[in-house]
Amino acid sequence: MDFLVFQYPMITIQACLDGLLLGILFALIAYGMALQWGVMNIINIAQGDLVILGGYIAYFMYLYGIHPAWGVIVSPIIMYFVGIAIYKLVINKVVDRDLFISILATFGISILFMQLMNFAFGADVVLANSGYGTTMLFDNNVVLPNSKIFSAFISIVFAICLVVYMKRSKLGRAIRATAQNARAAKILGVNTEKVYAATFGINAALCGVAGALISITFTIHPYMGLPYTIRSFMIVIVAGLGNLPGVAMSGMGLGIFEEFADYILGTEFRIGSVFLLLVLILVYRRFKLSRKREYLK
Amino acid sequence: MKIKNILITFVSALALLFSTSVVSFAKVVGDKIILGAAISLTGKYSSNGVHTQNGYNMAVDRINSMGGVKVGGKTYKFDIIYYDDESNPKRAAQLAERLISQDKVEFMLGPYSSGLTKAIAPVTEKYGVPMVEANGASRSLFTKGYKYLFAVLAPANLYLDVAIRTAVELNGGKGVRIAQAFEQDAFSQDVRLGILDAAKETGSQIIIDDKLPKELNDMAATLVKVKQMKPDVLVVSGHTKGALTAIRQISEMKVDVPMLAMTHCDAAKLSKQHGKNSQYALCASQWHKTLTYKDDFFKDGMTYAADFEKEFGYDPPYQSAESSAALLVFKDAFERANTFDQKKVRDALAATNMQTFYGNIKFAPGGQNVDKPMVLFQVMCDAGGKCENKVVAPLKWASAELIHPIPKWSER
Amino acid sequence: MNKNSWILYIGILVFGLVAPFIFPAFKVQLSILCVLIVLATTWNIQGGEMGYNTFGNILFYGLGMYLCASVQVGMFFPLAEWTESGGEKTFVHTPSQFFQGMAAGLVVAAVVPTIVAGLIGYAILGLRGHYFAICTLGLGVAAGEISGGIEIIGAGQGFTTPPFPNIGGLEARGEFFYFLSFGALVLTFIAVRAIYTTRFRLILNAIRDNEDKAEAMGIETMKYKITGWMISAFFCGLAGGIMGGLVGYIDSTDVAFDGREMGVFMVLMAILGGKGTLWGPIIGATLFHFFKEGFWTFFLGWQYVALGVLIVVIVIYFPEGLMGWLREKYPERFGEVVDEADRKAQVELK
Repeated sequence: MDFLVFQYPMITIQACLDGLLLGILFALIAYGMALQWGVMNIINIAQGDLVILGGYIAYFMYLYGIHPAWGVIVSPIIMYFVGIAIYKLVINKVVDRDLFISILATFGISILFMQLMNFAFGADVVLANSGYGTTMLFDNNVVLPNSKIFSAFISIVFAICLVVYMKRSKLGRAIRATAQNARAAKILGVNTEKVYAATFGINAALCGVAGALISITFTIHPYMGLPYTIRSFMIVIVAGLGNLPGVAMSGMGLGIFEEFADYILGTEFRIGSVFLLLVLILVYRRFKLSRKREYLK
Repeated sequence: MKIKNILITFVSALALLFSTSVVSFAKVVGDKIILGAAISLTGKYSSNGVHTQNGYNMAVDRINSMGGVKVGGKTYKFDIIYYDDESNPKRAAQLAERLISQDKVEFMLGPYSSGLTKAIAPVTEKYGVPMVEANGASRSLFTKGYKYLFAVLAPANLYLDVAIRTAVELNGGKGVRIAQAFEQDAFSQDVRLGILDAAKETGSQIIIDDKLPKELNDMAATLVKVKQMKPDVLVVSGHTKGALTAIRQISEMKVDVPMLAMTHCDAAKLSKQHGKNSQYALCASQWHKTLTYKDDFFKDGMTYAADFEKEFGYDPPYQSAESSAALLVFKDAFERANTFDQKKVRDALAATNMQTFYGNIKFAPGGQNVDKPMVLFQVMCDAGGKCENKVVAPLKWASAELIHPIPKWSER
Repeated sequence: MNKNSWILYIGILVFGLVAPFIFPAFKVQLSILCVLIVLATTWNIQGGEMGYNTFGNILFYGLGMYLCASVQVGMFFPLAEWTESGGEKTFVHTPSQFFQGMAAGLVVAAVVPTIVAGLIGYAILGLRGHYFAICTLGLGVAAGEISGGIEIIGAGQGFTTPPFPNIGGLEARGEFFYFLSFGALVLTFIAVRAIYTTRFRLILNAIRDNEDKAEAMGIETMKYKITGWMISAFFCGLAGGIMGGLVGYIDSTDVAFDGREMGVFMVLMAILGGKGTLWGPIIGATLFHFFKEGFWTFFLGWQYVALGVLIVVIVIYFPEGLMGWLREKYPERFGEVVDEADRKAQVELK
């Protein structure tokens, strides 16, 4: 236990800002999770691995001398097709089955991806340097790397674009119709198979953006996916399916929680506390809902 | 009740499978001495695992092509059976057992990392199999009274000891304020203990003591604390991940600290990945190619580095060099023992006193190499942005002078 | 129980007892196989019989592992000094200390997780479906991360369990751990088989098929769910304690709370063999162990790719497992009476 964070007001501000910027990035991944969960009723354990794969795309651009920021455009395009391929090969066979089957099947994909990435890129930790500077606030006491600000900004842009796209475009409407009632949508002429494929593709593309941003701000490594999956799952549960502002809010909340847990409990308990929070939230939900005699289904 | 019949068939099929899958290798087949090794080909240590494997292979090829091992008037060649331990201690222990009891290997080479070596050592010890390991530096390996374990490298607690002592010296002999962040794994935690000892002896004070989780890629919290508390030395150890993350965030957050000491810089290709941002970082290393040790097989460090680069296409990190040295030790011990009796080979190993391109090797009763100091190098960049690792301590091999304190970010 | 099944049981028992002497080189693999079967069988109580797909049984396994080792050390030496890395002192267990410690450790390793399961059961088992699955996944990973930060059990340094005392021949250690794990397997099998013949199993099945209706029928489902979980916890803890001694080195996330591997493997093994059956998990675990050892030997470095593909294939094409597949193919052999006409009609409906 260490309460340093409260003794220096500057550290408190720093922690809040760091957490906020981190949380926006988490929220982007969680948005993809919420989309596929809501539309296809799939929980994708390989979400984090898609993120890492997206990061490697940006890293390779950096390696060949292209500025990694272009990764946020290239990576989602490639990842979209990766997503479609995964859908065609595996997901379409589990989409109308028990949710647990989808958890296991995507777990298998996750293991496969980790290993293939290890072969393709090696287990070295890598990063892409953006060369962006640093913003100093409050008399140099609070520092914000511009890469973090950049990634939060890009995340917001992509989230807004997606919301508009879902509202306005034909495919967006079809996706929303399928989420509400797949059978009715089918009767009304929506090709649900295509909608599912597109949904999974969009999810993978979002992961690609997030991955590119992570390789610019942090580091990537083939075995780093699972914590991202769990975080996005948690954000979605707290927010509820189909509640986009909720996803953004709970994403930022999680980011701030992590930073404070880091300062107060110590860095070694940072990831542990995230998982423990997940358990506590679920248990809290269970008691809250059981009072109303409703069951989680 | 035919289902029972199915089960009975099943059980007997299993029995058959077991009995046919017994393949036996003997330790010496024809003119080959077979060594066993569990290496991390997959999992979180796989890049260092491959460095280790390349080091072993390089030495095997070299020794075999230069005449092999002469035991009892006959010439033998080395051969290694590899298994993949997946960077997992449970798996490593299982594989050691398998190498010894199924493949009948009688001599072992070590895996990569202290944790895995800790898992294997009890097994080799139980069966009395001599193991020369090159990548397990944790001090607790050498205080368990293991008799068949020999490490060619200096123990982990010495890694950054020199850095602290140098800092104290430069501070006019007065204690310094230390901030440290270590990953939660056997090796890094041992480096931490070394720092604690050094701090106690020099009267230094530890003001930040963070432990980083294994999946960490963000250490902003530690660095914010460093910015506020202004320590004299910042020590970071967390394999390659720790080194890369630290440099990235230190440069982005413009953290000014007079001395920055780390481990695993060369394995992380720090100067290549970060360029000028990594300038002035001090790195502990077991070996550097400019050291002036010599032997008959690889001549010296520079030749080794050149040959290694020709074969594998990259500059050898110290993990490869020490792995190659492990085989030289084995060869030497076999020839002195002049037999393949495990006990006699063990005694010959214990009496080792030789020089290799990697350094002098002489084992203490606990099995650690006491005859080889750690080297400290500093990343130095020229105006064009080309960075190189220059040895700064010990003074005998220093090719550059230590730059201390590190200039502030605003002045770079 | 008829004559044939007695012959089978005695046959397997005899095979189990002589196996380490027939295949002396494979003792460790056989011991691990026993532990895997225990884990798969106990997972089946939740996942197969009760319909609660848990990833959290690894919690009890890891807890058992740490507890057994801590008790074994703590009974005779100060635990903190033992785990303190680089501690200059060397402690050696005498044979009698080792075995006493192991025995006491195993008792604690089985009992404490049972109590823990009872305590957290009420909160956790109220969750349903995938919320339960993810919650238990979180529980397992959190336990691993948190135990990795606790100094007294070694934290990131890991915990070296007491080495086997220097008695008997070279084979003594392997034989001791083999018979220990085989004993645990027999115990688990007897207990689970006994449970499966009682009303308890029917209640669990009722919960799986429709929990609300079961509750409406006046069954206190929560009581049965918790009891079922406690039974699993008991045997998982025991298995963990044995495995800790067998591996000899405990690392928080890689050995003890190994949710990514062991935690998922126990689910896969049960599914591979067929969940909701007595023999399914046993066959599944055996096959899985063979697959895995085979991959490790023949696909050096590629074993995880093979494993990933295997997982996907199993869950997509054999979600009912081997036993389920056999049952569909040869229903008569499972004592099901099938009306041919009815079956045809069903096929046509599809």
